[in-house]
Amino acid sequence: MSKTKEEVSEPVRVAMVRDVTKVYRLGGQDVKALAGVSFEFKQGDFVAIMGTSGSGKSTLLNLLGCLDRPTSGQYLLGGHDVATLTDEEVSRVRGRYLGFVFQSYNLIQQLSVVENIMVPLSYQVPVRPDGRELSTKLATLVGLAGRLDHRPSQLSGGQQQRVAIARALVNNPHVILADEPTGNLDTATSNEIMDLLDVLNKTGRTIVMVTHEPDIAERAKTVITLRDGLIQSVEQNRS
Amino acid sequence: MNVIQQLKLGFRSLMLHKLRSALAVLGILIGVTAVIWLVAMGEGVSYQAQQQIKDLGATSIIIRTIKPSEEANSDSGSRSGIAYGLLRSDYDRIITNIPTISAAVPMREISRDVRRDEYVVPAQVIGCTPKYFSINRLPIARGRPLAASDLQGLENVTVLAHDVAERLFPIQDPLGRAIQIGTEFYVVVGVAQDRTAAAAIGGSFSARQYNRDVYIPLNTFQKRIGDRVITVRGGTFQNETIELNQITAVVDDVAAVDASADIIRALLERYHKTVDYAVVVPKELLEQAETMRMMFNVLLLLIAGISLVVGGIGIMNIMLATVTERTREIGVRRALGATKGEIVQQFLWETVVLSGTGGLLGVAVGFLCGPTVQGVRFAIKSFMPDVWLTLPPTIHQLEPRLAPWSIIAAFGISVGVGIVFGIYPARRAANMDPIEALRHE
Repeated sequence: MSKTKEEVSEPVRVAMVRDVTKVYRLGGQDVKALAGVSFEFKQGDFVAIMGTSGSGKSTLLNLLGCLDRPTSGQYLLGGHDVATLTDEEVSRVRGRYLGFVFQSYNLIQQLSVVENIMVPLSYQVPVRPDGRELSTKLATLVGLAGRLDHRPSQLSGGQQQRVAIARALVNNPHVILADEPTGNLDTATSNEIMDLLDVLNKTGRTIVMVTHEPDIAERAKTVITLRDGLIQSVEQNRS
Repeated sequence: MNVIQQLKLGFRSLMLHKLRSALAVLGILIGVTAVIWLVAMGEGVSYQAQQQIKDLGATSIIIRTIKPSEEANSDSGSRSGIAYGLLRSDYDRIITNIPTISAAVPMREISRDVRRDEYVVPAQVIGCTPKYFSINRLPIARGRPLAASDLQGLENVTVLAHDVAERLFPIQDPLGRAIQIGTEFYVVVGVAQDRTAAAAIGGSFSARQYNRDVYIPLNTFQKRIGDRVITVRGGTFQNETIELNQITAVVDDVAAVDASADIIRALLERYHKTVDYAVVVPKELLEQAETMRMMFNVLLLLIAGISLVVGGIGIMNIMLATVTERTREIGVRRALGATKGEIVQQFLWETVVLSGTGGLLGVAVGFLCGPTVQGVRFAIKSFMPDVWLTLPPTIHQLEPRLAPWSIIAAFGISVGVGIVFGIYPARRAANMDPIEALRHE
């Protein structure tokens, strides 16, 4: 059921967490945000992570985004065990294998649409010479062809999120991580954004999305529900 | 990203807060301008001093009469007054005994009022030989200098300095007319060219004002005015006898100047009980002036450097505010793959843009130093003539001289200051936890 027509062959595993725990010290007490989570992400997956506040979904997303390290367990991404890498290497891994879409878009105000899309490319070694063409192409793909030189402040929320999605695509990542991508948008715009993510997923992109809205989660192929730092359920939606 | 992209990005980030960035730039601008202007003024002043010393001649040795201290002549002082200073025999000894000396001029001077009809001008009456004019590089504008025959004939003739001639003869041609010094009349045979003051030398601390001189033959001076000078000071008569006030000796080779000066000192020491003379070597003065110039420059650079550091603190202040404000951006960039080093670089480039812009503008304003000084001088002259007259001649004539090294140094230091003061804010930005930074409101 998780297979679509485009993925006839065995899907490639792009990321994996195994027995991952995360413990914070808060006011002298250990708080277990993740109590042992294992999961595999295959190419073409569209996974929604759900859960109540405090269930550990944000912590899991931070770990998947290599912004944080697990207290124990393993996280494999692009053939690297993230926990063993240096800060610089982790930065490179983020830049190379991951694309981020945030709830509040997080575009850089002083840069234009195209320049915002190009930001991840400026941290790629070696530099791509065709960065601007690629970014323009992606801006067109997400429907912003006429606004290439606009500033984020001149765009609506939906348009800003489209820029963010284009930015998440520019480095051709293994996984796109979306943190409540529709959290700040109205229903109509949310649907547009979800349609866009759908299209991307259909072209083979792997998307991991955190959300607390069931109707948004429904659009993913797989829904993981977390509770008290553990995976409570894994459901497959009809595609 | 290449340098141009980095600079462009830095510039655009700074444009988010135009006023704030402009103020930081202003701080550096003032610092750089201060360095350039202060050094230019200092160079101007010392150049003036050096020119004055050079006017004395690099190959000349100046021997001046100075009044010995009171204790030294208390027992020799008598009712007939005191006698001190260089003697005519000293001049003969110097000119005959020292082979390296190619020429020498004896000179006697005294302050006297010079008159013509209703005009009275306080002047310095100089008794000298014809060579005085060539040795002191004193060109004659009109008429002729003093001649050897004037000395032999004890003629009452005179050459007037530029200012004296102008004040005594505002309208008429002075040549051929008579002026009065004391009770004697002298015929004007020549007028010297305008000449700026020379450096102060031992025995007289004020600069030599050539323009206030009246030249007469030395022999005439001796005959008509005499060696004895009686002055009334504090109700008592002072009775002094001076044969010569100055001997200017010229050596034919610069290398022989120091040795010749030593010989002159040794020679004079044998014939003078007290040290009533000073041997001044302009070459040494020049070297001293050079040392002074260096010290002066270091001092000015230090003062100006302080203002640059203040500018740097301004930059640091602004960059810290910027980093706090753009915490979110830093988090995003980190998430999108920027390493700590790349974040440090980004913010360092921003400080370089700030301080570099300040530096460039500062250099531009630095070039305005000359016109500004001119303008201020003109303003004082036109609107406050009284104040103008009280200012020393150094200020009247000051021409700031831009020193290329100061421009390079000021710009370099400003960029350096930017980097030094930018490192801390940049590191602070880089060391933020990306998760915290992304959560920052």
